[in-house]
Amino acid sequence: MTQTPLSTTIKSRPVYATLAPRPGRLHLIVADGEGAEAVVDLIARAPDRAAMLAAAHILYTPGPNGTDQWDSLQALGAAQVFRAPTIPTLLPRLAKVLADAHMGTQFYLAGTEGLIGQAERDIMATGVPFVAIQKEHRGSTVRRVQCVHCKGITENVATDPFRCSHCGLNLFVRDHYSRRLAAFQGVNIDAEDPGQVPEAVVRFQ
Amino acid sequence: MSLDFKPGAFNDFFRDETFRDDFTYRNSPQNIRRFPFPFDRDDYMYSVNMEPHVPGRKGSVFEHEFDVDEHYVSEMIDRAKVLADDPLRCQSLPHMTLAGWDLLELIMVSKARDYPQWFSLTRDGNRWHWINRPLGIDHTFTFLDESTLPYGPFEYITRQTQGDFSLQDERDNDLWMDAGMITSQADWSLDFDIGMSFMEWHAPVPLAHDMGVFDRALKFLLKLQHGAPVRRFNWTMTVNPLLDTAPETYPKWGPSKTTLTQENLGNKQHLRVELQTLYRLPRSNAIAFDIRCYLGKFEELVTVPKWGRRLHRVVRDLHPDLATYKGFIRNRPAMVEWLSKYDDGAPTSPGWWPED
Repeated sequence: MTQTPLSTTIKSRPVYATLAPRPGRLHLIVADGEGAEAVVDLIARAPDRAAMLAAAHILYTPGPNGTDQWDSLQALGAAQVFRAPTIPTLLPRLAKVLADAHMGTQFYLAGTEGLIGQAERDIMATGVPFVAIQKEHRGSTVRRVQCVHCKGITENVATDPFRCSHCGLNLFVRDHYSRRLAAFQGVNIDAEDPGQVPEAVVRFQ
Repeated sequence: MSLDFKPGAFNDFFRDETFRDDFTYRNSPQNIRRFPFPFDRDDYMYSVNMEPHVPGRKGSVFEHEFDVDEHYVSEMIDRAKVLADDPLRCQSLPHMTLAGWDLLELIMVSKARDYPQWFSLTRDGNRWHWINRPLGIDHTFTFLDESTLPYGPFEYITRQTQGDFSLQDERDNDLWMDAGMITSQADWSLDFDIGMSFMEWHAPVPLAHDMGVFDRALKFLLKLQHGAPVRRFNWTMTVNPLLDTAPETYPKWGPSKTTLTQENLGNKQHLRVELQTLYRLPRSNAIAFDIRCYLGKFEELVTVPKWGRRLHRVVRDLHPDLATYKGFIRNRPAMVEWLSKYDDGAPTSPGWWPED
């Protein structure tokens, strides 16, 4: 099992479970990096594998650590599979699939929190409650962080503290998470003592 | 129609003062006596501490539904400046408009009833005439018709009402913070937290989750009835009389925490009290949460001997996690040193009132 373990944290921080097949007219599956393994496991658990694949639409992009398991997804034989080079190039396709989706669509998200969060945000924007979206965290734990000061989002944050990619402030990474923004919160660490920035440590890999 | 203030009336009561730059804010002697000192004993720990929001002692901040005090006009001018700098401090998700009208009605009706010398509301069906004399506003509009106001109803009324407000939608046995006017906050971001559930937006608070405080508070609030509002206190510390201690601007005001000396502490260090009141709204079934901020300088508070003794003991003995979360752990030793001069060790009487 390569599921990403979670340490004890605060209540706004998302928690994840194992993807489970549910009856549906369309199985919309969005994954990145090692999330492909969760998708393979999901299909293997389906009571009627062929029926699930015949109604499956898989969107995939490599992970922020470079992991690319496209071949394993392509080999599943789903009705539709799409490989995007990055998350931003995956999202327009997701928007179109959502616009065409009907009642009875099942949502499965797998991989890094950045991918899961952004897909969840876009699905929620169509009116789907977040509790109806399944999410399994696999692979990298790098974070998508919003600078609370300039509102800029820095992708794939590995260290704490880090420099905001927009305004350049030194930010520490909180566990406080906004589903609406699909981001953790970053707060200036040396506001009270400008220049006194602790050494960055790799907290997210 | 616009919402340009034309203050000037009642200048013998409403102070002309600032919450920024030269920080001329202070409490008049009579206003110190009515300061909502939040400690009813010599120590502090989190609790739900709700009580019915019923009219309290004459002259106190509990006398009326919404307390309007000598800082009203200047606070509203400060809010307008905050919003001009950062409009994201007031947001309302699309389904919260009706709750905004509910709140507008509650505030207008209450203020016109409680302060007829300052506010007037005349209703002819949905045709409403609102006069706010301290701010120089005289508007006629159609209730429930947004196009007849210069802002949405929530922003319109909260630009004229002291205190931050959030509106909670109730769904799935939970409360969702789906609107807010947040310009005098104790370091939390509406823009980040909007849309969160009750447990989510309280997530960063230490200790209280494990104590079950939020479980009990949510259960209590889900049963809140229209016409039976409740209230509680919260508090923190702020250097300089800065209403807008937002995380967005923390790099600007954070350094002020390093400026305290024993000489300036009495004037610069403020006890920041939140009188929080909660109202169930009649049409939307939402809950309005009013977070009214009162700032009291240490040198003002210690003019009441009981408060001087008690504040010293509370600050000295507070759990370090709370002092850290409230953002004053670095200044606690200096605060305790300054306050110790006002604590002769004499016993204090129960309750928060200055004398009894």
